[in-house]
Amino acid sequence: MLKVDGLDVAYGRILAVSEVDLEIADGEVVALLGPSGCGKSTLLRAIAGLERPTTGTISWNGTDLAGIPIHRRGFGLVFQDGQLFPHRDVAGNVSFGLRMPATQQPPPTLGGGPVASLSAEGAGNEGRRGGLWITGRGGESLGIAARVDEMLELVGLSGYGGRRVTELSGGEQQRVALARALAPHPRLLLLDEPLSALDRALREQLAIDLARLLRESGSTALVVTHDHDEAFTLADRVAVMRAGRIVQVGKPDEVWRRPVDEATARFLGCDLFLDAHADNGVLNCEFGSAPVPWAPDGPVTAGLRPAALRVGDGPTEVTVTARVHRRDHVRLVVDTGGRRVDAVAGIADAPEVGARVRLVLAPDGVAVLSRRG
Amino acid sequence: MARGRSRLRLPDGTGPAVLGLVPLGFLAVFFLWPVAAIIQRGLGSDGLVRVLGSPDTWSVVLFTVGQAAASTVVAVIAAMPVAFLLARCALPGIAVVRAAILVPFVLPTVVVGLAFRSLMPDGGVLSIVLANAFFNVAVVARTVAGLWSHLDRRAENAARALGASPLRAFTSVTLPALRPAIGSAAAIVFLFCATSFGVVLLLGGARYRTLETEIYLRTVDLLDLSGAAALSLIQITAVVAVLVLAALARRRRETAMALRARTETTRRPRGGEWWVAATAYAVVAALMVPIVALVVRSVSTSDGWGLDGYRALSGTGFRGSLQISGLDAAVNSLRAATDATLLALLLGVSASVVLVSLGRSRAHPGFVDTLDTALMLPLGVSAVTVGFGYLITLDALPGDLRTSAALVPLAQAIVVTPLVIRMILPVLRSVDPRLRQAAGSLGASPWRVWREVDIPLAGRSLIAAAAFGFVVALGEFGATSFLARPDSATLPIVIGRLISRPGELNNQMAYAACTMLMVVTVAVVLLVERLRVRSVGEF
Repeated sequence: MLKVDGLDVAYGRILAVSEVDLEIADGEVVALLGPSGCGKSTLLRAIAGLERPTTGTISWNGTDLAGIPIHRRGFGLVFQDGQLFPHRDVAGNVSFGLRMPATQQPPPTLGGGPVASLSAEGAGNEGRRGGLWITGRGGESLGIAARVDEMLELVGLSGYGGRRVTELSGGEQQRVALARALAPHPRLLLLDEPLSALDRALREQLAIDLARLLRESGSTALVVTHDHDEAFTLADRVAVMRAGRIVQVGKPDEVWRRPVDEATARFLGCDLFLDAHADNGVLNCEFGSAPVPWAPDGPVTAGLRPAALRVGDGPTEVTVTARVHRRDHVRLVVDTGGRRVDAVAGIADAPEVGARVRLVLAPDGVAVLSRRG
Repeated sequence: MARGRSRLRLPDGTGPAVLGLVPLGFLAVFFLWPVAAIIQRGLGSDGLVRVLGSPDTWSVVLFTVGQAAASTVVAVIAAMPVAFLLARCALPGIAVVRAAILVPFVLPTVVVGLAFRSLMPDGGVLSIVLANAFFNVAVVARTVAGLWSHLDRRAENAARALGASPLRAFTSVTLPALRPAIGSAAAIVFLFCATSFGVVLLLGGARYRTLETEIYLRTVDLLDLSGAAALSLIQITAVVAVLVLAALARRRRETAMALRARTETTRRPRGGEWWVAATAYAVVAALMVPIVALVVRSVSTSDGWGLDGYRALSGTGFRGSLQISGLDAAVNSLRAATDATLLALLLGVSASVVLVSLGRSRAHPGFVDTLDTALMLPLGVSAVTVGFGYLITLDALPGDLRTSAALVPLAQAIVVTPLVIRMILPVLRSVDPRLRQAAGSLGASPWRVWREVDIPLAGRSLIAAAAFGFVVALGEFGATSFLARPDSATLPIVIGRLISRPGELNNQMAYAACTMLMVVTVAVVLLVERLRVRSVGEF
């Protein structure tokens, strides 16, 4: 289990990470979500051993990792753009970690995740004490080759072992980078914006693959991303970060429905905030009422995403002032009498600019915040 | 985001620091000490006053600067069309041009001197200027083309769309962007021309003297050591000044503009660009003339074609002009150049590793810059000065080093090491820190990262640097002419001796030996071109 306690990381006078506490349980995938420049990559790099904390501790199963360099931590690292070794083929990349002395670890026990039993003496001895599962030189290369094949199959690139990494597409490179990081059974996998360099269609597909893969390998992982779709696809828990601090930690749907404050809600897509009142799971506001079971009774603030207001049979009549076609809906800007807000309509029955339409409150797009002030 | 702040971790810092002592120690003993000894001798005697007071000195200084400036101007003007051809044109034969222009740069100075003497038997200032420019066209063309090929063409297109003529777009957009590269190349070329030795000695004789040949003549012929030391002092001062200017220009270039991958910027020439391309081809053809002339002379005898010169290489020349045969000299050359290359690789690689490691830790940026420039000093401080310095200082070392044959490779290594650093350092600096971090996260210790990532990535450059260093050592003339004893003379020294003695056979032998040196050089250059990591490295 990874435990980050009261961590500060400073660059000169600038505090990039401030008073961060975070725990990742074995087998859990946590996403670190935040806008660019919020310090999330710095936090990941500190956990990897690439940045030195100013204060605070990072520990694994109770052992402080301070002073343990990156190559003894047994943490896998995947960058945004793969960073494959250009002078080695695919198999040479995947086998890299297996050839290194410190990370020869016993294979995972049945049903369990990567072996996570670090004793107080530090990470370096783990492989040796775990028993020699690789014996002799011939057996060693056999074990490595088998593991490489296994990893390539896991990421859907069977038979790619002999290819040059420069011939691979961006998506294939990321898969190889993932296989390379997973091959030596890392105790913790650190992914820094792993899908951001890919185009959208590929990103969505690979996010689903990656989520499956992390579950199947039972990996403990920390994913840094600025994309909430990605975070919610991959993670068991999401930690939202802003200006160097973690402002909220929770399950994806909790964070999505109950953001801790307005800034977090804005980051998660809400751009209209209204006073509202909730009664027995029904939310009432100026655009009508809708069943919102996650709203606590009493006065609340409703944060509306564009999808919260749909063209339909509601109480509010508005004028359409602009429309933009999106992939699966039409985004509207409507005038509610002096105020402009976003709304959505179906593609088939989207109103023209200038039309008078009625809006209905849709619970899907509603986030509930504690009442301001 | 990629910040490798590892200065507080002991193992990261101490390794490179210890390694850094090797090249620094060598540099101190075999470069700084001899040079310092010369400075001391120059300052300590009445030589400086006497030399500074003599009008003869100032005419030598004036001629040195004047011929260097003229040569630099000629080299830059000739090189610009070639740079355009290399950087902007997608035409067949570009690879051949790239290799061809590099040949003059690595030719031994005696070879070039002799080639121009065969073309212009009367010698004179013009032949000196042309020969120096001939050497250095490649430096300007390749440095400028290196930047030009990565320059975004769209800036020019924008200027054209705003109504600028092609010429106007070049002068107002492209030329200013290229200025840092032109400036730093010109500074280096000026330095090379100002300290040019073999060419001036062969073509100028006693009539046209530069500081470099004057130092040699005073030491060897007039035995005026304090006067020579004073002249060296003047030269060192000027060289340091130029090097500092060049370093400033280089720093500006490194913080340069939006750069593109090379393939995006080349296309077939259009309209007037064909004239520029044609001029470039003409320059390349002109560069080949002295080389061809040399080969032709080597197979001409008084009665038609013949290989007399080549046959004579197995002997000691007309009436025993030499103490060893030409072939023995060739063997000496190969042996000394091999030793010098191995030594220079050891020094250059360890110095580069130190510079890169310290640069990555971002601990002492000023120190790294200073070290970088200091390691370039031997490139500019004349080889003659170094050789001269050895004569003064090395008596103090244990063993009989001054009369030892090991002195030649040591001096050659000092000359070659800066070139090796200039070829390796940019490649090592271009390794993405995250690639190294990825290796670290997979369990590779810092030393293992060097072995598994940096060194393999720089492998081709290492071989190229070795080959390049080898040909430079092979042709080294200035320091070697001070240090080689008659029985350990190298081929360039033998050539120099042959042409200073009477006898047609001696001349033919010299031309034949030059051709042999040139063949080896060209073969190695072609190898380097094949191995070259595209557009990284400065030479």
